[in-house]
Amino acid sequence: MRVIVAGAGKLLYYLARQFASKGYQITLVVSDAAEAQALCRRVKALVLHGDGSDPHVLEEAGARTADVVLALASKDQDNLAICQIAHKMFHVPRTVALVNDPQNEDVFHKLGVSVAFSATQIIARILEERAGFEDIASLMPLAGGRVTISEIALREDAPAADKTLRDLALPQGALVGGILRDGHVIVPRGDTSLRGGDRLIIISGPDCYDRVLRLITGEET
Amino acid sequence: MHLKKQREWPQYVVIVGCGRLGSLLAGLLSEVGSSVVIIDVNESAFELLSAEFSGFRIVGDAVEIEVLRAAKTDKADCLLATTEEDNVNLMVAQVARKLFNVPKVLARVFDPRREKVYREFDIETVSPTNLMAQAFVTSIEKKQGDKSCV
Repeated sequence: MRVIVAGAGKLLYYLARQFASKGYQITLVVSDAAEAQALCRRVKALVLHGDGSDPHVLEEAGARTADVVLALASKDQDNLAICQIAHKMFHVPRTVALVNDPQNEDVFHKLGVSVAFSATQIIARILEERAGFEDIASLMPLAGGRVTISEIALREDAPAADKTLRDLALPQGALVGGILRDGHVIVPRGDTSLRGGDRLIIISGPDCYDRVLRLITGEET
Repeated sequence: MHLKKQREWPQYVVIVGCGRLGSLLAGLLSEVGSSVVIIDVNESAFELLSAEFSGFRIVGDAVEIEVLRAAKTDKADCLLATTEEDNVNLMVAQVARKLFNVPKVLARVFDPRREKVYREFDIETVSPTNLMAQAFVTSIEKKQGDKSCV
């Protein structure tokens, strides 16, 4: 996969490192000369010093053949311009933008950015969805928070342990989509019974999420 | 510079950026009777406004949709994005056009290459660089014409 990442800061650095370790072909576009130089030495990527919203710079970064452009600048207007120019001028199929003002998430979608994510929004959702539980390993809000996929570890003494899914009687808006047990993935049916140590992949709407958690982990929310 | 009073000017104008261009436009439009709201991130920028200016000032970043809402952009007949930053102007112009349905939206864009892209987005742009180049070229042309007359 060919990825262009434009922007600045730690997020860019760590993402670039992660992408490099996955074997992606990465080009970084960094507007600060000193930062660009430091990144050259620390990341296995092509590093360009320049303004990511400048069409020439994007072209030089290989926008014509890129699969994804990721915009991580600290100003929303720059991220929008980077994504729009990449998409309109160079036909980059996917553009992803960091949004600082959470209200701009929606604005970016309407203006053609494929994915806009706001750190504020993600952190707020995690707090709301009570991911503070140690049992919840990961949590991913989808469709603007209308569906959440979460991975929950089932303790031996949890109320759901040794019950079949049918007996567990989850509310209408929730579903166990998968069980991870001893390194295998089980797609469960009604008669599948849960065991302590299982990791459950739960798909749920936000309104019944609390009830689902209570049924499975027994914790009061 | 004065605007002709007998012409029809937009009733309600939102101007983003109170620099030399924004403040000049705000004064001119006030004079011909438009209601003007001007937005800038720096309060000190409003010192550039002339005595003719009779509108409202809003301190804020117009890239935040709340600031545009506070300026009642949904009711505006015209929005002029005049800041020094191309990307701000282009973003504000698109938000005004697509989300607030402002009928007339103009953005100042310094980089002529960027201008091309945004024409596709149904955003009217004015490039000072292009205008200036044209003015220079026209002026040179005339002088050479004069010489040939002699």
